[in-house]
Amino acid sequence: MIFTSLFETAWHALVTHRMRSFLTMLGMVIGVAAVILMLAIGQGAQAMVRSSIESMGSNLFIIMSGATTSGGARVAGGMAPTLTFSDADAIRGLGDIVAAAPVSPGTAQLIYGGLNWNTSVYGTTPDYAVVRDWPMESGGFFSEADVRSGARVAVIGAVVGRELFGDEDPIGKIIRIRQAPFEVIGVLAAKGQSLDGRDQDDTVIVPITSAQQKIFSSSMRNRARLIMAQAVSDKRMDAAESGINELLRNRHRIGVGQDDDFTVRNLTALAETAASTTRIMSLLLGAIAAISLVVGGIGIMNIMLVSVTERTREIGIRMAIGARRRDVLWQFLIEALTLSLIGCAIGLGLGIGGAWLVGNLAGLPVAVTPASVLMAVGVSFLIGVFFGFYPARSAAGLDPIEALRAQ
Amino acid sequence: MATPGKPLIEVVDLEKDYPTGAGVFQALRGVSLSIATGEFVAIMGASGSGKSTFMNLLGCLDRPTRGSYHLDGIDVSRMSSDQLAALRNREIGFVFQGFNLLPKMTSLDNVALPLMYAGMGRQARRQQAQTVLERVGLGERSHHTPLQLSGGQQQRVAIARAMATRPRIIFADEPTGNLDSETSHQVMGLFSQLNRDEGITLVLVTHEADIAAYARRRIRFQDGRVVEDVPQKAVAA
Ligand SMILES: Nc1ncnc2c1ncn2[C@@H]1O[C@H](COP(=O)(O)OP(=O)(O)O)[C@@H](O)[C@H]1O
Ligand SMILES: [Mg+2]
Repeated sequence: MIFTSLFETAWHALVTHRMRSFLTMLGMVIGVAAVILMLAIGQGAQAMVRSSIESMGSNLFIIMSGATTSGGARVAGGMAPTLTFSDADAIRGLGDIVAAAPVSPGTAQLIYGGLNWNTSVYGTTPDYAVVRDWPMESGGFFSEADVRSGARVAVIGAVVGRELFGDEDPIGKIIRIRQAPFEVIGVLAAKGQSLDGRDQDDTVIVPITSAQQKIFSSSMRNRARLIMAQAVSDKRMDAAESGINELLRNRHRIGVGQDDDFTVRNLTALAETAASTTRIMSLLLGAIAAISLVVGGIGIMNIMLVSVTERTREIGIRMAIGARRRDVLWQFLIEALTLSLIGCAIGLGLGIGGAWLVGNLAGLPVAVTPASVLMAVGVSFLIGVFFGFYPARSAAGLDPIEALRAQ
Repeated sequence: MATPGKPLIEVVDLEKDYPTGAGVFQALRGVSLSIATGEFVAIMGASGSGKSTFMNLLGCLDRPTRGSYHLDGIDVSRMSSDQLAALRNREIGFVFQGFNLLPKMTSLDNVALPLMYAGMGRQARRQQAQTVLERVGLGERSHHTPLQLSGGQQQRVAIARAMATRPRIIFADEPTGNLDSETSHQVMGLFSQLNRDEGITLVLVTHEADIAAYARRRIRFQDGRVVEDVPQKAVAA
């Protein structure tokens, strides 16, 4: 029997039992759509986490003022910061550290012309751009000299640039940060969302000295709530961490047995934890969806078994006029395969459409990858063969004369 | 074609047992006969005498419990189920009392079906099916499904299907059993023509004497045995 005849026969059977074919396919349709959608959401989340991690800066430590209890809560957060500018300089001097920037974070209202915009303000040093791997879109970052002199210069994030300036070139313009005038000298390249979901481009960065004198309360002169530091390589992260701990305990004269008045966090490690969490989440989503695919396959087997029983006489007639066992086997196998693959195609359409909707209406990050499409097609094929085989074999195993006697 | 001197069909001591609740039932109890190429044989007998059982064995749809069956000199009992399928496909046509057409298919597709199992391409088999349908006088009905045809027309489609692969033998088990008398004679006319013009060997089961009268030999079954086997003068078709 010719191969194309098998498809003709299968197609004919599916078309003459339209409703049943549709219901049988439904399981596959839903299964495949679920797999595609779940993988799209999972992989979208993974992609977002990955890009957030990349945008965070690599091999990054964040050193916070204040101790950490065994429970992880930071104490004395509200008191004057325990970290100093010279702590940052000393950390930068460590062999495993490339750059270290003291950071004084806060929020403030920006005004330019008739527009105002609330944003986060970071007072820091030029090392900040190094630590965060943050290139400029235009203009430049401020210098050590600007920090020393407390210059009123500001570098703005892409969102601030857009909100305050629109199409205008911000470089050289004067903005007011909590009433104090600052000259915009640079615009940062866009980075997107951070791991905690904040928009990293909604920010303004100024010399830490200027921030403390003109924007925040001046009580914390020469002190910083945070120091961000970058290690030379990911292999030196552990060595760098103990180096920082030892250095700061020395500088802060913390004796043996006394609690630290600072906390060192390995952000890269935290990020990896976040990444593996999303990976597990997307695996879980995929697994749940895969179960529905298997249920769809069992549905196909179910209907195919019913169909073999109902079509026993047809099978008998086909055998009487010359169908071999393998012709009958192929007929039902191809029928199951056609069902599962058409179901898969419709499911792909729905899944991709659903992912698009989720992405555009719900605003979740989604990513339909060729790998997940290939996987869905491959699995549907296997399901068609696997769950089609048993009914097909029972059809092929019928005795011609018994089959002809069936009603 | 047939080997000279050898009968096309030769059965010796053919027996068929059916397992039943109370032991086995012997539906055939030793049937021996031969049929030559080109014969037109009518098999008669009371209901339950084993005619259908015998036809199913001859048609290679079933296997005997004991005894031998040579078709064109070849021992059928040694054949695999695939070989039997090929034999049914190419050498044998079967016509049933209940037509046994596939209800969702057009006449053309029904007739083309054996050609599909013979490995013929779609275009070629549709062409040949159309030719055969014309041969049975249903060229105009090729796109009708069985439900859109009368009983006589359905049986003619079934005959066309049996003829499609140009087999040497056609077995027909009460082919007129579901037809009225006038249609029955039309169908029998067609059978006679096939036998006379195309040399197809015909074995046909019937209850009715006027149907059996088309054949040139009459075999009577009773309780699984042949009780009469006589030549007769065929009526003109
Ligand atoms: N599959 C079967 N199982 C058991 N008994 C059967 C079976 N088929 C036929 N028989 C019995 O065998 C006998 C012959 O049946 P059959 O060949 O169909 O007779 P006919 O065609 O001459 O009416 C009947 O008594 C019938 O009941
Ligand atoms: Mg009978």
